[in-house]
This record gives sequence, structure tokens and C-alpha cells, in this order.
Amino acid sequence: MNKKAKIALEDGKIFAGFSFGAAGEKCGEVVFNTSLAGYQEILTDPSYKGQIVTMTYPLIGNYGVNPEDIESRQSFVEGFIIKECSRIASNWQSRQTLDEYFKENNIIGIEGVDTRALTRYIRLQGAMKAVISTEDFNEESLAAKAKASPGLIGRDLVKEVTSDKPIEWSKKGKYKVVVLDCGVKYNILRSLADNNCKVLVLPSTTKTEDILVEKPDGVLLSNGPGDPAGVPYVVENVKRLLNKVPIFGICLGHQMLGLAMGGRTYKLKFGHHGGNHPVKDLRTNKISITVQNHGFCVDRESLNKEDIEITHINLNDQTLEGMRHRKLPIFSVQFHPEASPGPHDARYLFDKFIGMMEYNHA
Amino acid sequence: MPKRTDIHKILIIGSGPIVISQACEFDYSGTQACKALKEEGFQIVLLNSNPATIMTDPEMADATYIEPITPEVLEKIIEKEKPDALLPTLGGQTGLNTAIRAAETGILDKYNVKMIGANYDAIKKAEDRGYFKKSMEKIGLDLPKSTLAYNMEESRSALKRISLPLIIRPSFTLGGTGGGIAETEEEFEKIAELGLKSSMISEILIEESVVGWKEYELEVMRDLKDNVVIICSIENFDPMGIHTGDSITVAPAQTLTDKEYQKMRDAAIAIIREVGVETGGSNIQFAVNPKDGRMVVIEMNPRVSRSSALASKATGFPIAKFAAKLAVGYTLDEIRNDITKDTPASFEPAMDYCVVKIPRFTFEKFPEAKDVLVGIFIINITYYLLTFN
Repeated sequence: MNKKAKIALEDGKIFAGFSFGAAGEKCGEVVFNTSLAGYQEILTDPSYKGQIVTMTYPLIGNYGVNPEDIESRQSFVEGFIIKECSRIASNWQSRQTLDEYFKENNIIGIEGVDTRALTRYIRLQGAMKAVISTEDFNEESLAAKAKASPGLIGRDLVKEVTSDKPIEWSKKGKYKVVVLDCGVKYNILRSLADNNCKVLVLPSTTKTEDILVEKPDGVLLSNGPGDPAGVPYVVENVKRLLNKVPIFGICLGHQMLGLAMGGRTYKLKFGHHGGNHPVKDLRTNKISITVQNHGFCVDRESLNKEDIEITHINLNDQTLEGMRHRKLPIFSVQFHPEASPGPHDARYLFDKFIGMMEYNHA
Repeated sequence: MPKRTDIHKILIIGSGPIVISQACEFDYSGTQACKALKEEGFQIVLLNSNPATIMTDPEMADATYIEPITPEVLEKIIEKEKPDALLPTLGGQTGLNTAIRAAETGILDKYNVKMIGANYDAIKKAEDRGYFKKSMEKIGLDLPKSTLAYNMEESRSALKRISLPLIIRPSFTLGGTGGGIAETEEEFEKIAELGLKSSMISEILIEESVVGWKEYELEVMRDLKDNVVIICSIENFDPMGIHTGDSITVAPAQTLTDKEYQKMRDAAIAIIREVGVETGGSNIQFAVNPKDGRMVVIEMNPRVSRSSALASKATGFPIAKFAAKLAVGYTLDEIRNDITKDTPASFEPAMDYCVVKIPRFTFEKFPEAKDVLVGIFIINITYYLLTFN
């Protein structure tokens, strides 16, 4: 067995396990993810910047690691907590084991943890700041470090994950889409390209004028890490885009739109992180099983109902999952229509965005 | 969508005697259905030939007939009880076959009995290999390659198109002789020739062998509003070629990437829609080539199956009970989740454990059976169910 490792939560609660992958010490907010598969996509989702992810499914690494199932240029999780890391990979695409991948990419992993107990604790107490360490085992010192760590509220994590220069993702396509990159997942870009879009990715700090000078048919506000209130400069830019161009917001993009249109956001107790969230489309009454990854949420009650229609709700806790502007070509969803990982039920929203750009053209 | 008000009395067919491959799982599913429908205020008429079941306990149905499960008996019961609907998908293959025969002989039309859950066309589409193949091709899904041949020339040209190993099955044989698996060209020549001779119409089916491929099952549920959810995925530890009933099986699937799993999920949803199972559970089987990930559809059961019972136990999602409620008009978002109590049934269970079914081979009860697994028939009748976390 590998050497010891410890997790300390900000309230002093300690969980013990064994180190795999890289050694070291990192702080972050602990969240649990209920997906049964898709660990590679989760590890490389920029929205996890600032977070330590624990998987509720106990066996991780069974299908190894392949070069295709990645969602960004690198892994952004601060740490990864699991019950058991599979040493044997069984899949035709696999090129290395999870342990090898973690060592190569300098990711701290802890296995042998009672992840069910940790998950129950977070469900009851709420998401918490934490530290994971393979070096320091002094419980008081660890808890103090967890408590002193910055957490997520009000913090700008977008600047740490956005691209530093414009990227032409696909050069051909009928519709020109600018993606404002707050930590975009590759599958959003792949989905747009597959839908006949020419995709230009711009850094999150890009000014409104510099977006409009590209003459886009539509702007996609991407997913991203942390608190939407931590990126007021992006929200300001979004405000100025509102009546200029069709807009589609996903996850953090949806929250920033909410703020830009005068709404409020708040932090959920332990967030939604998993691939089985039922969402109802209120216009068709149809249910999509969606993949979600967010700790913050737009307050339904804070929206001006004269301008904004609520289009989707989460059937588990009735929280806001989607909205649209009644007069302007603007809509957004809290979940991930691009899937990866997770079900494809909500892919129809990309068609909707295309339809909106087409209509706006005519 | 609320409960249907056009039906009041429902006939349910049980699974009959407990035999290998059709055991107490179907007593469980039928009992769940009776309870669920009674709870909704429907009158239940039950036909089951096996009195040693929970289902036939007096309080389960309003009228219980312990009679042979045949179309003739079914007709007499329908004539006497005049049910509005027949629910054929919860009693295993026996119930389904009897319902099909009743539909084909016109009994259901004569007494104006509606089939609920799955109708005649859907059952036919799923159960008839030819229909099923056509439906799968229509929605662009891959099956093991196969072709019919009537002479050696056609057989050899099939060999060129479909690579070895190949399964050869002669049509209309006496006693099912003359088929086999060919690993080499010499074996193929021999088996094809013998097969053509042993077929009364000189016809053989030449099919790509998927023996040794990874084997998967998905448990799918659909409601009248066309919402579809996957309750559970199952991966067989033993590959294709070992009957699922004799295999060690694991829930959820272990060695599929999310992209592979989602492709399978999309396929399962497309299949239940194309086959047209209106409401309730279906079981769909897939094979995946471990060398290149090619996925093929193997078959579909348009009913609650042995694996549904395993999936229900593994996830806590009561498939038979909910299938019964969906059959009478409820939609998934209108049914409460039995475990959480305050969230709807329109979700996909996320497990934080894994469930392993290990068969127990009671060779002592079958002294004539060889202690090797032959593949086509199911041998075991009991199993151990273990949960790990």
C-alpha cells in the first residue's frame, strides 16, 4: 500500500487515506460528484478549479486513461478523493492507468477514504473548505490551513483557467460564434463546430467592443469555476452585449447572464455535481436527464418576470435551471447540454441556439 | 398525465411454474404490479398456474384463477370477467407468449381488451429476429453481420464479406442438428455443407460470431409522454458466449468510458422508441468488441426480465411497480421515488456501491449435466448477490 494521506475540513473533521499519483499539499472546497463514469472529463473540466473532488462511486480507474476524453488543456482539480483506484485498466482506448496519469500531471490523489461518510458529512454540513496532504499529518495544523484557505466566495478563479489569447477552434461554418472563455469545456466547442459553426474562443477579459468587432452571429458564455460575483468585469461586458447579439449561456455563463439582467445569485448547500439530475422543460413538460456541475445558483425570485421567462427547473429541488429573455434573443441553462461526461438528452439546446442565430439573420 | 380513466379492470398473467431461467423473479414483479394497481383503485384479475406463489395469495387480486396459462383458459376468463385491459409484460416470457397468441387468435379484439404496457406490434418487433433487425437498421444501429445462404457458392461469398469466426445455423432442421461455430475456412466448408444438407429447405444463416466480446445490459423505462430513463447498466464478467444467467454480472458497467456508455444509452433510448414499447421496462443487450470498441445490439426484451429483478435490487428502483403505474397512464415525474420519498422517479439511480451477482451451480441436482458451461442454455437457478463499498 502507498503512503498515508489526510484530508482536513475547515471545521476540524479529519478523513484518512492513502496517497496515489502525485505527493504534496493543496487547499480547495470539497465537493462530491455522483457520476459513475467520466472521471477523465471531470478531472479536466476547468469548472473544478479551486475544488477537491470526491467521487461517490467507489471504483475509479477501471477503464484507464486515454488521450481523447479530455475537456481542456490540463487537469484543474486541486485534488481527487476516491475509495479505490484501479491498478488494472480494461479498455481498448486506454494508454495508461489513473495512477500513472496522476503522477505525470502532478495531481494529488487519495484513495482508501470512506467516501460515503465524507459525502454524507458534506450533505449535512454543506460544502466545506479543506486541505489534502501527503506531508503534514498534524490534525490541528491541517484544520488551521483549511480554515485559512481562500474558499470560493467572491473569488476570481476564471482568470486562472481562461485562455491567454484568441483561439480559432474551427475555421469553417455558416454561423460565426464567439465563445467567451471563462473555462470552457472542449465539448461545447466540439458541439458548436458539429452544428455548422465557425468558432472563435476569446479570453474572458475581452472587451465588448473587441467581441463585436468580430461581427459574431452569436455569443456563447461558457461554463467556468467558482462564484459569478467574483467576475464583475465579465458581468459588465455581458450587460453591454445584451441587446447587440444572440446570447447562449451555460452554467457560469447562465449565472453571469442572471446577474447582468438584474438577478441575484446564491451559494447552494452542497451544489449539484453529477450526471443524473432530472430537469423539466416547462414549455414542453419533457424531462431531460442532465449533467450538472455548479455550487452557485440564480435566485428564481430575483428575476424580473416581465422580461425573463423561467424555462427549466430541477425536479429534485425546484431550483432554476434555465431562462430566456422575452424580447431579446437570449437564453441560458444551468446544466450542461454538451454532456461529456453525462447524458445527451439536452443537446437540442444547441439546435435552439442555431435557430436563434438563423432567425436573427433573416 | 393523470391515471387513465377508460380502464377499470386489468388482467395480469403470472409466470406459472418455477423453471430454470424463469423463477421467483417473476412472482416478485407480478406481485409488485398487483399491489401497485390495487393501490390505484383498479380491479385485478389474475391468471397463474402456480399456487405456490406470493402473487396468488388471496389478498393480491380481486379474482385469482389458478389454471393452465393457455389462450383457451385466457379466453374463458376474459369472457367471464370482461377486463378492460391486459398487462402482459410483467409475467416473463410465458405471459408475453400467451398474450401474443391471444391477440393473434382474435380473442382480445373479440372482447375489446386493450393491451397495456406493450402492444402486439411492439412485442412482435422486439421478439421476431427479422423485424428486429430491420428496425435496428432503420435507426442506424449495428448488429452482428448476418446473411442467409442456400448453396455453397453463396456461403463462400458470405465468408468473404463476414470474417471468421462465424456461426452457422441451418433453418428448419429435425432436432436442431447441423450448426456450429467455424474458426477456420476448412471448418467453415464442413459445417456449411452439413448445415445445408440438414436443413429441409437447404437454408443456413451465417452470422458473425461475437463470442468473447464484452457483454452489457441496460434496463430502460419509458412513459406515455415519451420520457425515457436508464435504471441500471450491467456488465457481464463472463464474455459473450456464456449465458447471462450463468455469468458473474456486475452493476453498474465497469469498463466503459463515459463516451462509450452514453453511446449505448442513446442507442437504448432509440431502440425502445423505435420498437414502440409505450410504457414500462425493457431490457436491451449489447456486445462490445474489446479490440476496437465496436458496439452491436444483441436483443431486446420488451418486458420485465430476470435482469430487471437484479437491477431493482441493485438500485432500489422498483421497476415492476413503476412499470405497472406507467401502464395505467402515470408519467415518471408524477411518481415519487421510493427511496428518497421527496424526489420524482424520473431520474437515473447513481450508485455509491457496486453489486456483483455470482451464480451458484447446483450440479448435485443435475447429475447428468457436464460441469462445463456450454453457452446456449442456462444452468443455474440460484445466485449470490453481494454488495461492495
